[in-house]
Amino acid sequence: MNSPLAATVLYQLGPVPITQAVVTTWGIMAVLVIGALLLTRRLGLRPTRRQAALELVVATLDTQIRETTGAEPSPYRGFIGTLFVFILVANWSSLVPGLEPPTAALETAAALAILVFLSVIWFGVRAGGVGGYLKSFAAPNPVMIPLNILESVTRVFSMFVRLFGNVMSGVFVVGIVASLAGLLVPIPLMALDLLTGLVQAYIFAVLALVFITSTVAEGKPEPEPAPAQPSIKTSKKDT
Amino acid sequence: MEYLELASIVCAALAVAIGSVGPALAEGRAVAAAMEAIARQPEAANTISRTLFVGLAMIETTAIYCLVIALLLLFANPLLA
Repeated sequence: MNSPLAATVLYQLGPVPITQAVVTTWGIMAVLVIGALLLTRRLGLRPTRRQAALELVVATLDTQIRETTGAEPSPYRGFIGTLFVFILVANWSSLVPGLEPPTAALETAAALAILVFLSVIWFGVRAGGVGGYLKSFAAPNPVMIPLNILESVTRVFSMFVRLFGNVMSGVFVVGIVASLAGLLVPIPLMALDLLTGLVQAYIFAVLALVFITSTVAEGKPEPEPAPAQPSIKTSKKDT
Repeated sequence: MEYLELASIVCAALAVAIGSVGPALAEGRAVAAAMEAIARQPEAANTISRTLFVGLAMIETTAIYCLVIALLLLFANPLLA
């Protein structure tokens, strides 16, 4: 049995080995990009059936983002939505015979986690400036700075191991059962994998969103407490 | 070095076996609490189940760590290389 930690190298591109996971990722990227281009080509005010289905997907994403963060979804829709859709398609790509999900390989999961790490910095700096982002490390009080720095790395690492471990264990178990029992036996396990893939894509996107919005919220300048008091006074006057 | 191989196989099995007990108990408790909450407040079922899924995935990560350690012991053991 092949080690699930090793990568299958398909061919060498100069000094760079191209693994199977990378090729599958390229395929998924091409399908997603071309599909998105084709689907959004003719958008109208009176939606066709195709456009209505697309709008349903985007509206669901928006509702989830709004319910998770309470913020406006527009700055996060692109990144979080792409993360979710890509991981979902990648996890479910094991349905195509002969394909292994690229998220079951170390490098893809690590790359996605690094993307989340960088995007936390990007959104944090964009919302509060460099000072605001740095201030978010001293969030409850400055004693927590070393712990917060450590946490910003470990939480991303835990996202990486979580995605990799879940998807890889599904593929691994299906492989073991197929080699022991035969052709049709792993089908219930594959159905379970579909659920796991969906949940993991959702979790990854939600966790990325939570990390980003907590950094953004902590880096923002303090809201002045002054306007709160007059409103209480006026309400007292009214009563 | 047969001793090292034997030890890593046993330890891999132990890691998965012991490491799955804790998350199993924890997930049971989490689901039980969520069921109770949904039974009390069926209108909050959406929020509760969303939080439940995120929490379950967090708990499950502990077991996944054990699995990764076991696979490291079996397939990428630095002592056996």
